[in-house]
Amino acid sequence: MAKQAVSFTLNGKTVDVLVEPRELLIHTLRENLNQTGAHIGCETSHCGVCTVDIDGESVKSCTLLTVQTAGSDVKSVEGMATADGLHVIQQAFVDEHGLQCGFCTPGMLMRAYRFLQENPDPNDEEIRWGMSGNLCRCTGYQNIINAVRTAAKNLQQA
Amino acid sequence: MDTVADKQKREDSLNGVGCSRKRKEDARFIQGKGNYTDDIKMPGMLFADMVRSPYAHARIISINTEKALALPGVHAVLTAADLKPLNLHWMPTLAGDVQAVLADEKVHFQYQEVALVVADDRYIAADAIDLVEVEYEELPVLVDPHKAMTAEAPILREDLVGKMEGAHSTRKHDNHIFNWQAGEKDATDRVFDAAEVTVSQDMVYHRVHPCPLETCGCVASMDKINGKLTVYLTSQAPHVVRTVVSMLSGLPESSVRIVSPDIGGGFGNKVGIYPGYVASIVASIVLGVPVKWVEDRMENISTTAFARDYHMRGELAADSNGIIKALRVNVLADHGAFDSCADPSKFPAGFMHICTGSYDIPVAHLNVDGVYTNKAPGGVSYRCSFRVTEAVYVIERTMDVLAQKLGIDKAEIRRRNFVKKEQFPYTTCLGFELDSGDYHTALEKVLDAVDYKGLRREQEEKRANGELMGIGLVTFTEVVGAGPSKSCDILGVGMFDSAEIRVHPTGSVMARMGTITQGQGHQTTYAQIIASELGITSDEIAIEEGDTDTSPYGLGTYGSRSTPVGGAATAVAARKIKAKAKKIAAHLLEVSEDDLEWEVDRFKVKGVPGQEKTMKDIAWAAYNNVPEGMEPGLEAVDYYDPPNFTFPFGAYLCVVDIDKDTGVTDIRRFYALDDCGTRINPMIIDGQIHGGLTEGYAVAMGQEMPYDEEGNLLGNTLMDYFLPTFVETPKWETDYTVTPSPHHPIGAKGVAESPHVGSIPTFTSAMVDAFAHLDVTHMDMPHNAYRVWKQIKALGLLDN
Repeated sequence: MAKQAVSFTLNGKTVDVLVEPRELLIHTLRENLNQTGAHIGCETSHCGVCTVDIDGESVKSCTLLTVQTAGSDVKSVEGMATADGLHVIQQAFVDEHGLQCGFCTPGMLMRAYRFLQENPDPNDEEIRWGMSGNLCRCTGYQNIINAVRTAAKNLQQA
Repeated sequence: MDTVADKQKREDSLNGVGCSRKRKEDARFIQGKGNYTDDIKMPGMLFADMVRSPYAHARIISINTEKALALPGVHAVLTAADLKPLNLHWMPTLAGDVQAVLADEKVHFQYQEVALVVADDRYIAADAIDLVEVEYEELPVLVDPHKAMTAEAPILREDLVGKMEGAHSTRKHDNHIFNWQAGEKDATDRVFDAAEVTVSQDMVYHRVHPCPLETCGCVASMDKINGKLTVYLTSQAPHVVRTVVSMLSGLPESSVRIVSPDIGGGFGNKVGIYPGYVASIVASIVLGVPVKWVEDRMENISTTAFARDYHMRGELAADSNGIIKALRVNVLADHGAFDSCADPSKFPAGFMHICTGSYDIPVAHLNVDGVYTNKAPGGVSYRCSFRVTEAVYVIERTMDVLAQKLGIDKAEIRRRNFVKKEQFPYTTCLGFELDSGDYHTALEKVLDAVDYKGLRREQEEKRANGELMGIGLVTFTEVVGAGPSKSCDILGVGMFDSAEIRVHPTGSVMARMGTITQGQGHQTTYAQIIASELGITSDEIAIEEGDTDTSPYGLGTYGSRSTPVGGAATAVAARKIKAKAKKIAAHLLEVSEDDLEWEVDRFKVKGVPGQEKTMKDIAWAAYNNVPEGMEPGLEAVDYYDPPNFTFPFGAYLCVVDIDKDTGVTDIRRFYALDDCGTRINPMIIDGQIHGGLTEGYAVAMGQEMPYDEEGNLLGNTLMDYFLPTFVETPKWETDYTVTPSPHHPIGAKGVAESPHVGSIPTFTSAMVDAFAHLDVTHMDMPHNAYRVWKQIKALGLLDN
């Protein structure tokens, strides 16, 4: 199958990739660009472990073609921490024990990153609905809710 | 200045047992730097994908691989015919049976592995599996386990026809796997015959799947030059995998390296050895390049490791006061097409004989028959220790039925039958020695915390208004920490576990264990154990697991055995180091060992302030100044064979409101009190309990693997298979008591599975309780809205 050149921004840097039109973004990120933070859990958009942020929206990268991201601004978990240290949300997940096996965590963090911009001061009910596209099998969510609440508070104080 | 405050400060700085220190493993996970199997990339690596059967039972007439092989980028297509010359077309299971690696002449369940395609990338592999042409002749299908041993049932396992001596017992029928019994049948029957009151309840513990978010997979890499096979694999038991791979391949164990990297949740799904692993290893050996195989979600749910599928009858005999006189349990176990349970060899029904629960039951009899059906193999322990969930379910459900029949409150009937605190250690009539417990205290603490009487009053009011409210109560006892090698082995290897600890000259520590974490936080909790034993801060203690080339042999992590067995090995290995350290300290201080006492992180000369050596001092000396005749260095290994299992317990209470018009349930309150003995890290314990409760909620309220009569699995995507989201997951309240295990070096019992084991019958107890005033005694899971609505309708409660 003929490959196509696609350019997009990943964590602030321009990347150029050559992909088949049918290639999914999650595979481009993981196989081609060696960004293995986002994972594959279901390939049907249910579990959210592949969540990245594209042009200001949370997107499940297992069901998006890479060619569709041409010219987009893509952010993945690898771009969250900076030279100054961890992102406030990352720190909150550690502090509140919001992860166990870690497999859902990158997607969870990326969703929280967008959700807290959509709703900077959520109550627990809003966190539950706002994060509900991401599944976790380990934590029972309770500590993730605590982490998102803590992150919201810390982001507002920052 | 050596003050109490100073001692406390030093103690706190260890971040040892009992503190909620943050996890050492988090840094990589939150930055996307975990290293899971599918993250592994090797030069020249190819991708494998599996051709699977669309039929549940069929003869394979022919397999044509020509078109697939002609597709550019396809390197090989393996079938049973290719594996046969290597004698690898069948493999042994951990349960004494054999399983087809690639289907040999017949398929026995839908989605069974038929051929492995190996290609340049996963897209080409996926294209190629569609090009493999398999011609089948359909055969009659056996789905209902109750029909398995009838005269008209189709015979599934032609390879076993006439072989009536099974791995565990004589087989009564070609579809029979084993019969297993515990207890005294005649004595139990006699008590039932003479009893004042008896109850009997049939119940189905339905087929479910552990469904961790990471599916199973491997990267097999045969280095032909050095003759070394390395396999990265999602395994909860890498050392056992190494032994099996060595036995299958003929390679010496020293030429096989199994690495379990980061694992994205296990829950029992990743204990077994699956056809995809074996076929990928063969492909790598044949092709001489690394081969990656990772199953997709449908393959995961359909083929690797279902759990439960126990069809049970629980019976209790009692007097009119509800004092239990005898227990009888009968089980029909559907094991699917191959018996690939991962139980200790001598226990084909796992520890089902813990079904006497928390109660002082004089006599009991358990009978289990396992049968083959045209369903996926498995029967794994889904977040539980070898059928303990089934055992707890049958006793707790039957207790409720007895309480209901006698009109005794379900808390009260448990109080009357508990094993009492002073009876421990208590030997159950089915042969377990319960190590410690205080069941009354746990129950009363829960009842007080939730205002049980108040809840019952509220329920009375609601019932008067025609509303449905249920209160579930369960007081469970688990058996975990398999196990003493005199009774527990896997493939003949005793179920000990191991720890190797090295103290470096500067006093930091590297330790390796035979277990493997999958989210439980071993890198943190094992370091805490060593910190408290050796007086070295857990911040400077590194833990490594999962690489069979470097870690000592162990049986792995499942059945809540890491803390009871691996944790014990860790403490004992640390104590060996401490014993040597004491000798070195005596030498350095020029006193007798008897003159020394240990305080937090140092040996002190009794009664001589200032005369002391810290563990850091001793570590340095261990490499340059040891007593005459002592070998230098400061390290130890321990292979810990536990003297007994551990028996965590708990009391759980659930309050549910049910919408009468829709059957929709609202778990208004769930209060979970767990006693896991000594608590190593309360933060991690709470996290484990939240997760286990949520998995219990999933099983009880929604998960199921229904098959139609042709053996088609209805629902193997996350669209159909219920994984609770943030929205429906209840808010959990946790509590604890502490009753240490008397035989464990630090008194810890294991915790991660209790919430799953304990919560499932609690949900059913609550659901049934909502209808108990209408003489409902049992409702089978899952309690999804449709099934509950049907119950409401059947009872004539719908308004229109």
